Amino acid sequence: MKHRGLASIGIVAVCVGALQLACGIGLVKHTVIIAPTEMADSLWQILLGGEFTHAILLTLTNIVLSAVISIAAGFGIGVAIHSVAFLRRGIEPYLASYYAVPTFIFYPVFIVLFGVGSAPIIAITVLLAIVAMITATLNGLDRIPGVLTKTATVLRLSPVRRALLVQLPAASPYLFAGARLSVAYSFIGVIASEFILSGDGLGYAIAYAYNNFDNRTMYGLMLLIIIVVTAVNASFDALDRRLQARLRR
Amino acid sequence: MISAEPVANIGEASGTVTARLRGVTRLYGTGSARLHALGPIDLDLRKGEFFSVVGPSGCGKSTLLDVLAGLNPPTDGSAEFEGRPVKGVPDGVGVVFQEDASFPWLTVEANVAFGLQQAGVDAAEVERRVAYALGFMGLRDFRKAYPAQLSGGMRQRVCIARTLVLQPRLILLDEPFGALDQQTRLIMGDELLRLWRETNATVLLITHSLDEAAMLSDRVGVMSARPGLFIELIETGWPKDRDSRIVADPRFGELTGRIWEKLRVETMKHMQSQGMGHS
Repeated sequence: MKHRGLASIGIVAVCVGALQLACGIGLVKHTVIIAPTEMADSLWQILLGGEFTHAILLTLTNIVLSAVISIAAGFGIGVAIHSVAFLRRGIEPYLASYYAVPTFIFYPVFIVLFGVGSAPIIAITVLLAIVAMITATLNGLDRIPGVLTKTATVLRLSPVRRALLVQLPAASPYLFAGARLSVAYSFIGVIASEFILSGDGLGYAIAYAYNNFDNRTMYGLMLLIIIVVTAVNASFDALDRRLQARLRR
Repeated sequence: MISAEPVANIGEASGTVTARLRGVTRLYGTGSARLHALGPIDLDLRKGEFFSVVGPSGCGKSTLLDVLAGLNPPTDGSAEFEGRPVKGVPDGVGVVFQEDASFPWLTVEANVAFGLQQAGVDAAEVERRVAYALGFMGLRDFRKAYPAQLSGGMRQRVCIARTLVLQPRLILLDEPFGALDQQTRLIMGDELLRLWRETNATVLLITHSLDEAAMLSDRVGVMSARPGLFIELIETGWPKDRDSRIVADPRFGELTGRIWEKLRVETMKHMQSQGMGHS
């Protein structure tokens, strides 16, 4: 595992080094991509300057809210669908083809419903992220080993205790995978919405810099997003590995 | 050829009866898809006896156990535990399944303590009983380990320990060693006998292994192919302080031979019904 991690870091280091070299010797024009060192410097100045602090905080807040709503509501809806066979038979085909629908087309509807600001962005992001959690919940509940449920019955647990103390932990690896996907979709949904539809946030700041040929700011902000997403993903990955190791049967 | 006719009231026994089945029948499905899985079965389990059930695959052995455990009500007939009708899982009944039923998110110690804690037993008593069970099952050194870190045999010990701490008066074992290798099965069998002597519980063991049934049991019930009926009840006559060394006793061979003689006919029937036998 350590070797795999080193190999992954090595690949990134080689790519960054190659880009740095290409920029340094003029193989890549400064108007197209700036050197990684310049991106890092730009990011440092952005963080020190405070000009984008509001945008950064707004975007991160929207991502956290979207993820929390998607995970909580997705789990609740998943449990409800799982418990009513008739409902499941009707809904499952739509869930299977859900990601064929470009959810961003609903943005005008949400503008009408929620007005401008964070609310329509969160709504469209939840629409994008929630189905991953619903699907993972259904999958997780399906895969609870029957013998564990039987054991809970033999131990004479009440239905609530059975759900909380046996079924929920047994389904947790799948629920965690769903939560992880929902967080990833929350990043995509919020930043993409800000980029194309909003007047605030990190996505908008990148679009603004792009439209004004401000490559330094644009790449600095892009680097920030990449660092945050990588850190979040690495944390999830570490948690997932611990969870999988413990729950392996 | 050995007769495979069902024996009426084969299990009726004198003395105190822990569990009693009368006319227990289990059907699955409806209409043309209706499957007659079990019965009608009559059986008395004597207090403190070790009773094993052997039979061909699909003869309803596990269904019989589920009926006694209150996990699966009979379609017809009655099941009683300590004189009271079985409705749901009765207090005093413990079950160990063939599949690994340890909770992988809990340590060995927490797994064993789980049932006691849920039953509201006070912390000091939980600690005392868990420490005893861990020691008894040879799990003391693994109490902080998670099931994923243990072998299949050790995980099954965890499940047995979790049942043992609840001090059940009737222990139902559904092929608990089915997934283990032969040597481990013999050792686990010894431990099971030790546990049985220590607790004085009544044990009903479902098994595919003739050796296991012959070695562990006071009585062996041989079931017919589906629908499962008892076709023979064999008293082994072993002393209570037996262990796996009785496999070297000539009577052990006679016993397994006698069980197999009955079972062979039923197994052939089962294979023919599955299209696996010779025509």
